[in-house]
Amino acid sequence: MRRHHGRELKEEITIRNCVEKIDELFEKMREGVRNAPVAVKELKEAGRPIVGIYCTFTPWELINAAGGIPVSLCSTSEKPIAAAEQHLPRNLCPLIKSSYGFALTDTCPYFHFCDIVIGETTCDGKKKMYELLNALRPTHVMQLPQTTEHAKSLELWKHEVIKLKEVLEERFGASITDEKLTSAIKLKNSINAAALRFYDLAALPDPVVSGKEIMLVSDYIKFTFDYEEAIANVNALTDSLLDAYKSGLRRVSASKRILITGCPMGKSLEKVVDAIEAPENSAVVVGFENCGNLKCTHYKVREDIAPLDAITEKYLSIPCSVMSPNNERIELIRHYIKKYRADGVADVILQACHTYNVESHSVRTALASDGIPYIAVETDYSQGDVGQLATRFGAFAEML
Amino acid sequence: MRSIGVDIGSAATKCALWDGNDIICCITPTGWTPKESAEAAVVMIKEKAGIAPDAPGISVTATGYGRNVFPADKRVTEISCHAAGARFLVPEVGMVLDIGGQDSKVISLHPDGRVADFIMNDKCAAGTGRFLQNMAVHLGCTLSDFCSIPEGTVMQPINSMCTVFAESEVIGLLAHGIAKEPICAGLLDSVAQKAVTMISRAGGSGDICFTGGCAQNGMLRALIEEKTGRRVISHALSQYAGAIGAALIGAK
Ligand code: SF4
Ligand code: SF4
Repeated sequence: MRRHHGRELKEEITIRNCVEKIDELFEKMREGVRNAPVAVKELKEAGRPIVGIYCTFTPWELINAAGGIPVSLCSTSEKPIAAAEQHLPRNLCPLIKSSYGFALTDTCPYFHFCDIVIGETTCDGKKKMYELLNALRPTHVMQLPQTTEHAKSLELWKHEVIKLKEVLEERFGASITDEKLTSAIKLKNSINAAALRFYDLAALPDPVVSGKEIMLVSDYIKFTFDYEEAIANVNALTDSLLDAYKSGLRRVSASKRILITGCPMGKSLEKVVDAIEAPENSAVVVGFENCGNLKCTHYKVREDIAPLDAITEKYLSIPCSVMSPNNERIELIRHYIKKYRADGVADVILQACHTYNVESHSVRTALASDGIPYIAVETDYSQGDVGQLATRFGAFAEML
Repeated sequence: MRSIGVDIGSAATKCALWDGNDIICCITPTGWTPKESAEAAVVMIKEKAGIAPDAPGISVTATGYGRNVFPADKRVTEISCHAAGARFLVPEVGMVLDIGGQDSKVISLHPDGRVADFIMNDKCAAGTGRFLQNMAVHLGCTLSDFCSIPEGTVMQPINSMCTVFAESEVIGLLAHGIAKEPICAGLLDSVAQKAVTMISRAGGSGDICFTGGCAQNGMLRALIEEKTGRRVISHALSQYAGAIGAALIGAK
């Protein structure tokens, strides 16, 4: 009896220590995201080339090997959309409008500091937007083949990867050696591994973190340019969460587990996570099969083949809806439904995003045949539909 | 156990009381403060049932767009409530079609009555009562005129689904001397078409229970039946389906 008591006491102390550590790390991450513009400014002043990127398809490793700092410009704020509509049609995905609007009004610190932008021919709206963006900042667009099923695709994409390498070398007077590429690959793989280890907490029987917290960690990783520090902090967070969990702490009480998929998530789309995680729903987001999240971290760049080939292969295999066919996305969703024990899937689609909107039918059909409840919501960056989202996700949770 | 359900909609607040055997219902306009309308509706239903205002042991479940402003014992979305209410009114239906003042929705049900899937249209007036309301203004008629279109009226097709464009189309038709009745019939057809699109998106088969403010319109019901080839059943109390469902869920 006494012994039992001693163990309980020990667990209580572990939990208390862990909770302190967890709060501290989350706060540090919030702070890191807040200070990211300053960090970019300092890197710029230290003479580091800043390279703006919008998409998961951009080979991060090449930019890193060229000594550059890849910075995500993919915007999720409603503010600059009105300005963007001076040049762009209203009926366009808000991600594209917001990104362009920030550039046009020079109100995004990251765009302000960037020397060059790298884009890809992904969806129609984005690739045409890059043509306009080029007038504001030198923009290099990689020609992305839209299938992985054709041998020639890999050849073309490799050609584009090599061209990007040359563009970066020339622009920054750098030489991207195999050695540098290999260590960039190792670095990015270990960042992704730390992220994935954190995301995989969702494989435990009870939820460990909320969807909002997952978004915070993703943002922190995206906007931390001291990569070793990011890895260390994310790993420390995962360790503390695991220790606390093993000692019996349950930070999140929710019985219904939702996997999110669809268009890239960001600050303005936190409203979706809020609607799902509203207390009366007893639901929690266990993972994001989206860009900036599982869609990038799930796939490793191989370290056992020539670095340029390894990069070519990994980036072409990203299951984004601009690819056709894109069956791999459904397999990825299925994989994480199983691994994260999801009870349902929420497809978050931005207004006027044709590729994700059309693909929604395939995802719905595939999941219906698996008996997995599925809901698709179409939204934008305004906060006008929070009531509608609450009703939809409330009903979805009641349905599970 | 006695249980009250309040469905706080944008135009009307519907209230139902379930005493374990029977349902009684009442309705009141929502007005500017949904919370007060809901409170008034609860008082009203208790009066109607001859229950003292402070009688203990009666749970109140709120649903509808105003459900969060009202201090209820339970809050449930209108999807689950409409499903439960429709199944109560018309047992064994496989689908619920609800066309209300502001929105429309289709809910498909599992054989045991649980919600299997739903599609909502709450972003656009097309296909809702609001669409008809807006058009009524231009036609100089009231919503009830849409219910009394003489049989045998030849319909004037309306091509625009969108309220804004349909408005100018209707004004143009009136200017061309087209009578109101054929235009009304055309507008109903447009609402029916929108509903049919939602129904076919949701798929499934079997009878459809038609609820909401527009469910009393016989011509609309017949049009949807004709276009889907499925039986569309409306019930005298179908406007109260949400409130009835809330009362039933609250009693569980
Ligand atoms: S969703 Fe596709 S196009 Fe959009 S950022 Fe991700 S990979 Fe790029
Ligand atoms: S969300 Fe869709 S439309 Fe918008 S940039 Fe991505 S793929 Fe293109």
